[in-house]
Amino acid sequence: MKTAQVVIVGGGLIGTWSAFFLAKRGFQAILIEKGVVGAQSSGVNFGNLRLQGRYPGQYPLSLRSQAIWEEIGSLIGDSCEFEKTGHLYVATNEAEQEKLEQHARVAEGHGLVIERIDRTGLRRRWPWLGEELQAATYSARDATANPRLVSPAVARAAQRLGVEIVEHACVHRVRKNGDGFTIETDTGLTVNCAAVVNAAGAWALSIAEAFGETAPMFAAGPPQFVTEPIPYRVVPSVQAVSGSVIFRQIPRGNVIFAGYPRTVADPVLNRAPVPPQKTLNGMRNLVRIAPFLKSAQVIRVWSGIEGYLPDMLPVIGESETTPGLFHAFGFCGHGFQVGPGVGAVLADLIVDGRTDTSIAPFSIKRFENDVQVSEKLAHEFDAPASPGRPE
Amino acid sequence: MSKVVIVGGGPAGIRAASVLVEAGLRPVLVDEGRRAGGQGYRAPAPNLDLDMKSLMGTEADKYSRLHALFASMRERIDYHHGTLVWGVHERALHTLADGVARTIPYDALILATGATDRIMPLPGWTLPGVFTLGGAQVILKDQGCLIGNRVVFLGSSPLLFLAALQYRKSGASVAAVVDTTPLSAKLVAMRDLMASPRTLARGVMYRTALRRAGVPLIDGATALGVHGKERVEGVRIKDGRGHERFIHCDAVAYGHGLKPETQLAELAGAHFRFDPVFRLWLPETDTDGRAGPDLYLAGDGATIGGADAAEASGALAAHALLADMGRPSPEPELARLRRQVGRLRRFQRGLARAFAWPVSQAAALPDETIACRCEAVTVGEIRAAIQTPLGPREVNRVKALTRCGMGRCQGRFCGPALQEIVSGACGEPVADVGRLRSQAPVKPIPLHAVSELEQTR
Repeated sequence: MKTAQVVIVGGGLIGTWSAFFLAKRGFQAILIEKGVVGAQSSGVNFGNLRLQGRYPGQYPLSLRSQAIWEEIGSLIGDSCEFEKTGHLYVATNEAEQEKLEQHARVAEGHGLVIERIDRTGLRRRWPWLGEELQAATYSARDATANPRLVSPAVARAAQRLGVEIVEHACVHRVRKNGDGFTIETDTGLTVNCAAVVNAAGAWALSIAEAFGETAPMFAAGPPQFVTEPIPYRVVPSVQAVSGSVIFRQIPRGNVIFAGYPRTVADPVLNRAPVPPQKTLNGMRNLVRIAPFLKSAQVIRVWSGIEGYLPDMLPVIGESETTPGLFHAFGFCGHGFQVGPGVGAVLADLIVDGRTDTSIAPFSIKRFENDVQVSEKLAHEFDAPASPGRPE
Repeated sequence: MSKVVIVGGGPAGIRAASVLVEAGLRPVLVDEGRRAGGQGYRAPAPNLDLDMKSLMGTEADKYSRLHALFASMRERIDYHHGTLVWGVHERALHTLADGVARTIPYDALILATGATDRIMPLPGWTLPGVFTLGGAQVILKDQGCLIGNRVVFLGSSPLLFLAALQYRKSGASVAAVVDTTPLSAKLVAMRDLMASPRTLARGVMYRTALRRAGVPLIDGATALGVHGKERVEGVRIKDGRGHERFIHCDAVAYGHGLKPETQLAELAGAHFRFDPVFRLWLPETDTDGRAGPDLYLAGDGATIGGADAAEASGALAAHALLADMGRPSPEPELARLRRQVGRLRRFQRGLARAFAWPVSQAAALPDETIACRCEAVTVGEIRAAIQTPLGPREVNRVKALTRCGMGRCQGRFCGPALQEIVSGACGEPVADVGRLRSQAPVKPIPLHAVSELEQTR
């Protein structure tokens, strides 16, 4: 039997950053991970730290998070290949161009500098882009980092600050115990604690449901592809605003790309295979916006398991039923950029009982009524979209 | 009629096809090679004047027979040559030929994907002039080229002696054949090797021929490194008596036997188990090659057995498939094939002991040795990642954190060595550190490959 002030369930980005900031603020925490740290969607995502085009209500959190990313090297002692590469959002027609303009105005309202680039400007600055691109917006503050490295590095930094990291232990029971909680794992570990962070990603519902609340979360994965190394020339992340494809090149030469529709994931078997047809679709869409890549060879394909919610927004905040229980899950494929900010916000909530960063849109309470289904659900998933919970 | 697809145009694939053709089926045979024959019975490039009868030696008759069998049924199968199968998904193969991606659906699938070289890293093994043992043979049989003029055959494999003889016949000078397994191991393995006395006799004959020709044969050596500035200038070894020696050469053919090519089997749903004799993860099959619903494995792609076992297991897999379709089985013939395959695979298990995978070499590798050729990851980087707090103890996590196995070959070549390096660094048995998982594409595919389905849409 152990005791801790906080138990964090889940060793992904959210869990490790929460552990780090709680330890920074002097709280004693134990992080429990069913597998190994950073192995699921935290470790296999695209690595994009995009500020353009985010959900308007998420900007305060996103900007707080980006400020942490910008200091990651000094904060945790490992830069995790963080690079301020910039992000280029591209449009092929007027409707898409209008969408870019809407995104740009929202971002500018939060103080971001967004550069508008016409067709001529695109040709001049990025001559390797496809002919069909009409316009783009560019945000220089957007960045990238290597997702495979981040969660383990943050976990090690938290460990150095005194957090106990327990891997290969699956939390199978969380129950109320007086003012606090008792956590039990399948390895026989029992911990009494005052607060619980539910950062169990695609597996988080069982904890929420044990305390009488739920969310319509389903599992899916982002199909990702990478080419062999070719000479380095693409600095920014380039993303079609239609969502058809996003790509970036890392300085060692590989081009990483991803595209919708997302792939089906099985959180029970722990697999998110990428069907070959999705690989071919991704290849075709990439060549359209970056024809110079047509001779490059795709060497590897992967995905990971992420939790999605029908309004494409995460659950972040204290439980509606149980004080001391804090949820942070269902990041809908957008968790990498906000991860450090969410960790900092959870530390605020647990240490101070409040936070200055707005997280109101992300309360689990919203699922007590019908939520508005995001338009993204229709075009980011295979039709017919079946966002039911896996049986 | 149900559509049967065979992948692989070597002895296992050809024999499987012939059994199906005799039963009145018209199978599809998908072959990555440009000409049927596979690796061992590779047909030379057209217009190349190679004396295959002399090169194939004792196996010349089998070589001719297999190619004649293929020619005789060529019109009764759908043969897709030069066609890479890069994925298997929901009962369809995803292929690439001449830069065009296509889908071939199937009702039943026989995978006869053969084997490739197994290699243990060695200081200097990425120098120009070092070839895998199988690669050295392919260059000779496919193109009539030699990897060098003065060649050392190094490693542990019965093919060391065969390849050295083929090179001598083709005009190369063989500087030495260096076997890293001692003769005593061969005596211990004798009981299994007696399962195929004829094959054993052939091996002994190769050795004798090389010795008579004055080629130095060194047994029980330790490989210390390949040396050279720009390219290979020699190899350094410690011989069986512990003396260090330097052998001058301009090329090295290096290998430690073969490993099955199991990526497609994995994508098609086969299950794997660790085999402690081969020290490899092998797909699980029944005696006739059934590996799952409508999935059959044959030849060296299932487990190493050699060309004769490949032919017989190809026939067995085809008969199993016919039986599962409700066709009658020729029981006496099946019993004979099963005995033959069993005997030859037992012999190969003997060979795996007589020509051992050099586990101790993995533990002794200097940190600066490259483990992963594609991504230039060193043994030291792998060990350091494991020793970091919260470091990985399973090969797929080691891959994620170090890039070892992440490059063009997707771990097909560094995978077995990575397992040993991780096992040594973690102090865990090799069976407990896992194996690299396969993903489509199993080999690189160019971005301009467009799907035929989409072209016609």
